[in-house]
Formats: sequence, structure tokens, C-alpha cells
Amino acid sequence: MQKLRRTMLFVPGNNPGMLRDAYIYGADSIMIDLEDSVSINEKDAARLLVYNALRTIDYGETEVIVRVNGLNTPYGRDDYEAIVRAKPHAIRMPKTETAQDVVEADKLITEIEDTVGMEPGTVKIFAAIESAGGVLNAKEIAVASKRLIGIALGAEDFVTSLKTTRSLEGIELLTARSLILFAARAAGIDAVDTVFSDVNDEEGFRNEVKLIKQLGFDGKSIINPRQIKIVNEVYTPTNEEIFKSQRIIEASAEAEEKGSGVISLNGRMIDKPIVERARRVLALAEAAKVKLN
Amino acid sequence: MLNGVNREVPMEIEGLGVLRPYQSLVKNGQAKNIERLKDRQMNPSKNKIVGSIEKAIESAGLKDGMTISFHHHFRNGDYIVNMVMDVIAKMGFKDLVLAPSSLTDIHAPLIRHIKNGVVRRIETSGLRGELATEISNGLMDVPVVINSHGGRARAIASGELPIDVAFLGAPSSDSYGNANGYSGQNSAPSACGSLGYALVDAQHAKKVVLITDNLVPYPNTPFSISESQVDYIVVVDSIGDPTKIGSGATRYTKNPKELMIAQTAADVIEASGYFTDGFSMQMGSGGASLATTRFLREKMIAANIKCSFALGGITGHIAAMHEEGLINRILDVQGFDLTAVESLKKNRFHHQIDAEFYASPDNAGCAAHQLDVVVLSALEIDLDFNVNVITGSDGVIRGASGGHSDTAAGASCAIIVAPLIRGRIPSILDRVNTIVTPGHIVDVLVTDQGIAVNPLRKDIEQNLKTAGIPVVSIDELKAKAERIVGKPDLIQWEDKIVGVVKYRDGSVIDVIRQVKK
Repeated sequence: MQKLRRTMLFVPGNNPGMLRDAYIYGADSIMIDLEDSVSINEKDAARLLVYNALRTIDYGETEVIVRVNGLNTPYGRDDYEAIVRAKPHAIRMPKTETAQDVVEADKLITEIEDTVGMEPGTVKIFAAIESAGGVLNAKEIAVASKRLIGIALGAEDFVTSLKTTRSLEGIELLTARSLILFAARAAGIDAVDTVFSDVNDEEGFRNEVKLIKQLGFDGKSIINPRQIKIVNEVYTPTNEEIFKSQRIIEASAEAEEKGSGVISLNGRMIDKPIVERARRVLALAEAAKVKLN
Repeated sequence: MLNGVNREVPMEIEGLGVLRPYQSLVKNGQAKNIERLKDRQMNPSKNKIVGSIEKAIESAGLKDGMTISFHHHFRNGDYIVNMVMDVIAKMGFKDLVLAPSSLTDIHAPLIRHIKNGVVRRIETSGLRGELATEISNGLMDVPVVINSHGGRARAIASGELPIDVAFLGAPSSDSYGNANGYSGQNSAPSACGSLGYALVDAQHAKKVVLITDNLVPYPNTPFSISESQVDYIVVVDSIGDPTKIGSGATRYTKNPKELMIAQTAADVIEASGYFTDGFSMQMGSGGASLATTRFLREKMIAANIKCSFALGGITGHIAAMHEEGLINRILDVQGFDLTAVESLKKNRFHHQIDAEFYASPDNAGCAAHQLDVVVLSALEIDLDFNVNVITGSDGVIRGASGGHSDTAAGASCAIIVAPLIRGRIPSILDRVNTIVTPGHIVDVLVTDQGIAVNPLRKDIEQNLKTAGIPVVSIDELKAKAERIVGKPDLIQWEDKIVGVVKYRDGSVIDVIRQVKK
């Protein structure tokens, strides 16, 4: 089954307690940060800490992604050298502007994998797009590397680049969200939405999650474990959706058994996209451990 | 013979025995002192107020070696203990036994009184801060005795711990001693809600001194301490710091890990077999246990289940659930926050109880024995499910026995909540440093990284498994913690015993030794 990325939990790379506990909350992915949440005078210490955390702690089923500093900063190269060796599932590139950025990162990861004798392509890439230019290049960025498993919108820098601020309704992000989503879907990779920073505004957060789910995003970046439950609730299919999907999958299996190319359920023809959607519904239901009644 | 109103009455009747004839109260032609009655405030028979704490101490007949008591309803905002002890020290008393319901950080000045021989011995439920550290380092010649709340009530009521003089802070009192933890007549500046622990002292102490900063007109109804129990009243400027009365241990958490543990604890309660209409519950102090209420509420609404009563320390969230009709009755021995205080004041079925009613193991029945579910914190728990809530991972006293063992013993399902790891120290050990609650009355352990059920409770384990809740052995949880932070070195102790931990029946369950430097 395809990996779900409903929640991607930000964890500051300079906080040992949080690094130790990050996996217990049931986020689908955790994103350990060496970039904006680590001050310049802590970059080396955090890099070392994260490297050792990844090699020591058993993060279990949780996908581990590390946000490194950009290769255009003094810390980027050292980050890649250390983190690729610690073998997270993926490296998250911050502030991706062009396809060339991804190509360079891919090249560097390939070199490091080669040096340490790691299977080529082990460490994937997740690219965050955080500017107007980056958003316009999303289509090319999304296909720039075979390592790329998803792209994400980073809204704080993006709205600044647009000369606006974030609103609860999110009208200023609509175009960027749509373009990133289109680029991801065209490339067959995941699209993850930006953070919602007011942890105490549960209603505002829930509304935003509903919006991005409806747009088609795979999930949301989150900054506090308390937000996980809300995202999962929004992404959990209803009993009715699950029953319907189960019947569609059964009908699909039946048709396959008969060698029939046409799937029908209750006298109606079921198209392939409907089957695909049903699979996703069941995957989400399983992830949410829905008990049917 | 003729009695005082000139009636012929017998001195003795068969079957009734010797009788005492009424004697006239009239002296100098009057029974009542008319001059004094003209000014009712001056009438000493209607007024127990004395001018100072010193005067009250004198009047109560305090002597060297006696036992005095206090309540801890003002928690870290308490002014009473230090205020009274300073006067007692100044008056030159020695060798006193101090038997408060608990002591906190604010009571560090007691160190001086111990060093000067004013206080010889302490019996309490808890000790924190500098005083606790000094005692752990061997400050006292005679070890401190740690009682549970139920155990203290039992000891006082049975005469095992006789109180000579109780000094009880009262957020409101009239001049005759009807007192309460709030006020029905004004907004009491030091309101603390229930006076549950103090009620035992008021009932059983030989002399009771009330200290209040809020004198209200007679009669101060509703009252919890009554005029029939009170000997003297002292009015002072302030009895406590209201900002610290609802403090630390009873905060409502936003910590994601505590919330996660609370959610899991609520899941466990739901599946335990005891989550049925009319169930009863108690949530002990501590972030995760108090927060369990929040998640349980959602489940109660979803399943249309009502709680018959909530017991113990009461929070605003419990009060809110009472007001929404989810909890029928509240039995309140201690208010955990000001919302709970308000609720006690306004809600007819939010009822104040004393510590004996709450948890004494020795009377004809206590509320703790009626509990279905209790959620309790722990500093440490061991492979036999023994729980330590009194000494920290460094062996130093920093906690309170409280109602821990009382409610664990009484509840059908006692759930302990704790993070698997605190800082760099695992919460699960081979042997806890100090046993407060014996493992055979603890049923379930909920941590952030897994649930373990006491092997004695196969029934609960089966219920959880049936509900699809993963259960692991406590050994597995311990191993998991040690894989992350390793195994801590054992604490090195001196031979000297600094504390004796009593189980609720008065028997000694463990001792605390001085920590080696």
C-alpha cells in the first residue's frame, strides 16, 4: 500500500527530548528540522544530535524526513554529508526555487550514497516550495528527480514574497496550493500543505484542514502533536464511504476473477478512477483504525 | 426535693437512675447580664474572637510536647503554618509534634523551627521543596511519618494520632466559629473551596483555633466547620495567597505527551468493563490524570453514559460536567481550582465531604470504596506494579502520599498514568525507591508508549484486548525505556531512616533513608 502522509510533524533538530519522543504521537511522518528552527550558533550541534538520534532511536513505522539547510548556505553541504549517512527516509529541501536545485541535491546525495556504499536511491527527496518563483516552477521541480516523493508549500516565506500576510480563509494561498497540487499530481508524487501556526485555534485549524483535503492534498505539515488528532479526524472516511468502497473493491475483484474488463455494482458501471478512490478511502480508514459498526 | 423553679422532683427513679434537679441560674436577681446584652458585640458568650494568635495559643493551653495540626487547602499559598509556628517559637515552646494534612514548598521556614527544637516530629501526607530536601538529608532525629489522606483521618479519629490543638485557616467565619472554604455572603479573598481535610481536625482535636481573614455576620451558612467544634477565633490580614491556592500539581495541561497519555487512559476506561451508565470516578492530581476527564467526557456523550459521582480533588472540568448533567453528584474533599470553588458554592449536589468519609479504611464505609475507576499519577512504578509518589529519582522526598493508596485500594479499576521516560530516567524500575501504594491494588499502567495490565487483573486485560487496545507486559515497557535511555544507577543510601511510610491502615509499608552524598 502507498505510504500515507496525512500529518508531517515538525520537530526542532536541537531539542533532544522532542527528538526522542517524536514518534510516539502517531504522525505519519516526522520532519526533523535543521533549518529555520535552529539558530546559526547551534547548526553544528543540531546536525550532530540529529545524526546520532537517527542512528540510535527506533522510530518504528513513522517516516523520518530531515529538513536540511539549503546548499546555497554555509551549512547545507555539511548537513547532507551527515544526514544522508544517517539514512532517513528522505531529505526535505527548503526554499526550492528551480528544478536545478533538486538536480544538485540529487547529485550530492548520489555521491554520498556511492561513497558509503549505500544502495543508490535509498534517501528520497521532499521539496518545499516557499516563493512565488518556486511556485511557478513547481511543474519542473516535481519531475526533476526520481528521488522526489513529494512537494510541499511553505507559506510563511511565500506570503512574504507575495507582499501579503496569511488569513484564516487562505485566499492568498489558493493559487499556490492549486499549482503545487497540479504539479504533484501530474508528476505522480505527494502534495503536503503548509503549517497552521496558532495551535490553540482548533476550529481555524480544522477548517483549514477541511479546505486542503477538499483541494486534494495528501496531508498537512503540523507544528504540534495536538494537531494530529484533528487532521486524522478530517481525513478519516465516514462509515458510509467505507462500506461503499468495500463493495467497489469486492466488485472489482470479482470482475478480475471472471476476466471481465467491466466492473459493475448494483447494475452500474464502475470506472477505474472510482476503484482507485475506493482504495484510498480504505487505506485512510485502515490508518485511522476505524471500527465499523 | 424542690428544684430551682420550686418543683418537687425525685433525686432518683428506678430504671432511670440518679437524676440531677435543675438549679436556678439567677444571681443577684438576674439570669442574664442585661448590661452586657445591651451591646451584643461585647458579649463574651456570643463571641469567640481573641486578639492574637499568641492569645489563642495561650487560651488553648498549648504545652511542650503536644501535637498540633493544620490543613493544606491553601497548598502553596498557605500563610497559616508559618504564621502560627513563628508565634509558637517566639513563645518558647519545644518538642512539638506537627501533624498537618500536608506540607508544600512554602513551608521551608519550618527548617529553622526543627533546628531550634520547636518541632521534634512531623506527620504529614506530603513534603516538597527545601524542607523535604533537608529532611531527606537527615535534618530530623525522629523520622517523618507519611500518611495517606484516609490513613490520617483514621489515625486521628481512632485516637492513634490525637491532636491537641488544631490551627485551621478559614476563608470565611462568623464570630462564633461557623466557617467555610468560601463565603455565602461575599467573595472570600482566600477561597479554597472544600475544607475536607480540616473537618477531621475540627471534629477530633481537643482545642480548635480558627484563623480567618474574612469575618462575616452570624450565622455563616452554609458552614462546614461548625460553632460546636470551635474554641477560639483569630482574625488576621491574610491567610493565604489566592494566586497560589490553585497551583502546580493541579494545573490543566497543554503538554501533548500528557494529553496523549490522558487520551489513552480514557480509551482504557472505556474498554475496562467499568464504563457503564452510573459508573463513578476520581482523577488524581497531575497533568495527564486531570486531563483524562476531557477525553472521557467525549466518550460519555457519545455512549450516552452518565457518571453517578466524581470523588476526591475536584476541578472546574468536573464541575462543568456536573452542570451539563454528565456527572450526577460531586463528593468534594478538596478544590483543585477556583471554578471548583464556585461550583461548590452554587451547585446543590456538589457536596463537601471530610477525609474520613472520603477514604478512611476503618469506619463503616468510605466513598473511595465505592469507586469504579481512579486515574493516578506516579513518580516511579516497578515490575510488581508498586508505586512511588513520594521520593524522586534522586531519592529525595518531593511528593505526597495523598489519596493514592486509599483510592487504588477502593477502586475497581486503578489506573496509573506516567510518561515512560522522565528526562533521562525511565519511570519503570525493577524496584521502586519507595513504596507508597502496593502493586497488588494497582490494575493498569498507561504510558505514552504502551499499556500494561497487572497480571492479577486478567479480566481487565481481556476486556482491553477484546476492544482492540494493545497491551504489553510491564517488563516490555521497561525494556523499551532502557533501550532509549539505558538503566539508571541505583541510589546510594545511608543507614539512617528519615521517613516512615505508612499504608492507610497505619502499618509501615516502607521507610525512606537518608541519601548518600
